Amino acid sequence: MEKFEGKSILKGVAIGKIHYYSKGEQVVQRVSVEDTGAELQRFEAAKEKALEQLHELYEKALREVGEVNAAIFDVHAMMLEDDDFNDSIRNAIESQKVNAEYAVATTGDNFARMFEEMDDEYFQARSADIKDISERVVSVLHGAGAKNALGDEPVILAAKDLAPSETVQMDKSKLLGFVTEFGSSNSHTAILARTMNIPALIGIPVDESLEGRTAIIDGVTAALILDPDEETLKLYQEKKQEEERQRELLQELKGKEDVTLDGKHIRLYANIGSVGDTAKVLANDADGIGLFRSEFLYLEKSDYPTEEEQFQAYKTVAQNMAGKKVIIRTLDIGADKQVDYFNLDHEENPAMGYRAIRICLDREDIFRTQLRAILRASAYGNIGIMYPMIISVDEVKKCKEILAQVREELANQGIPVGDVEQGVMIETPAAVMISDLLAGEVDFFSIGTNDLTQYTLAIDRQNAKLDSIYDSHHPAVLRMIRMVVENSHKCGCWVGICGELGADTTLTVDFLRMGIDELSVTPASVLPIRKIIRESVAGEN
Amino acid sequence: MKSFNYVIQDEVGIHARPAGILAKAVKKYSSKITISGNGKSADAGKLMAVMSMGIKKGMEVTVTAEGEDEDTAIAETEKFFKENF
Repeated sequence: MEKFEGKSILKGVAIGKIHYYSKGEQVVQRVSVEDTGAELQRFEAAKEKALEQLHELYEKALREVGEVNAAIFDVHAMMLEDDDFNDSIRNAIESQKVNAEYAVATTGDNFARMFEEMDDEYFQARSADIKDISERVVSVLHGAGAKNALGDEPVILAAKDLAPSETVQMDKSKLLGFVTEFGSSNSHTAILARTMNIPALIGIPVDESLEGRTAIIDGVTAALILDPDEETLKLYQEKKQEEERQRELLQELKGKEDVTLDGKHIRLYANIGSVGDTAKVLANDADGIGLFRSEFLYLEKSDYPTEEEQFQAYKTVAQNMAGKKVIIRTLDIGADKQVDYFNLDHEENPAMGYRAIRICLDREDIFRTQLRAILRASAYGNIGIMYPMIISVDEVKKCKEILAQVREELANQGIPVGDVEQGVMIETPAAVMISDLLAGEVDFFSIGTNDLTQYTLAIDRQNAKLDSIYDSHHPAVLRMIRMVVENSHKCGCWVGICGELGADTTLTVDFLRMGIDELSVTPASVLPIRKIIRESVAGEN
Repeated sequence: MKSFNYVIQDEVGIHARPAGILAKAVKKYSSKITISGNGKSADAGKLMAVMSMGIKKGMEVTVTAEGEDEDTAIAETEKFFKENF
């Protein structure tokens, strides 16, 4: 048994025999030609054929892995039609009187080197694209058709490197996983592996001695285990089976509605903390975003984020969610989230200190900038706003007043704004006790169970010594949730949970019975919660 | 000659696909469209040349159009930059 460690592209287990793949070594020889006209025609014909192949690959990838990942073949086609690239090839054929293969290969090498030497990872990675297209044209010139490298049995494919076109051409049903020596986690092959959901490792030494050997890819520890002993093999077979059970279960639930057995529709949303998280929300098929933590915009910066920066982030998420609800929580800084440029004083008790809405209502300029950005983005999707750490009706009225002013300001400037639902986070016992009054002011509530538990039980979440008595299922917390649901429904307000408790599968049924309208959870929890919703009865509430 | 300046907003900079679409689009003008930035310049109709400029987020580029249809060309190109980069 041997073990190698690399970098994992996709967490998952693959077990099987290795097939060592090497590109049909295309040895390009320099041959002098007399009839350069005919050689030019050979090149043009090969280029046309290669373009045709690329269009076919684009269509194939579009069906299998979607537009975003298929785009690479469209880019290849555009690169192949580049004037400079073509001029350089034609020029080599005409002036050096060489064969088309040689002209294409040397031009490809030159252009690839130019990109390799750039100082940006994205542009460096394009050199692989150029090699891929020049190799494609050379294979056409050589008369080699697209070959299926794989045999009848599914295999783990090991290669020095894989071009995106090679990855897509492979028969997915014969692929258990990939192992490559080169390539980056940014490469298209890596992205394709991720999209196709195939375990993949990079940075593992690969040569032909691997051919035919039994191997395990452990995507979690990023290890390749060669010739595993019986015990190891058994362990991984069990892991693999468990993984498959989970995956099947969840895949079946995609596209299904979040409706209880007795017909109550639940808003099953996801929580995100950055623009990039939207992909996970869509991949897990959530109905919307129930908590978009806007802090990342502030935490990543060394100065206040501008209105434009914030607008771009909110707009991107709203557009990507294509009409599904996106609830943005206004700045919740302070307490355990500190930012230098806010120059906040050191506090003895920050959890109960100057934080969240308290800062926003005190330093209105910061708040107004954020609200302007959110309202501008609301013209591009279905946006909601929620205010954190509310303890009084006055605070809510003040927030609404400022929002109305900002809205009017934008209207006067002729800037489009969409309809926006407003809500408050219920995370203090005060908000719970006056939830009947708050419900008259807003469209929705979202219960932040983490803070609500800490304030209700008077237990500092950061104090490890108190972990044993920090009980998120404490009846006091559950009664508070019930009270909030009842009060909100009396005023026609909808109510959800966006704290960790929302994803606690042992409580989902209880929440449904209480009459919760929305659950907003981490993207990975969406499908497991959907399963419970679909198997439960909400009852009269 | 007409021109405009633009600061790149796209996370990756002037990347392959929109640059390729731009290269095709500018071929319909009789004017010559040139992009300058990062100490280099390139014909907007040439994808590889444009990409090899290595224009990243936050860099300012100057785009010029020179020729009979320069007014239309610059207006449409500016719109393209705003929408894609």
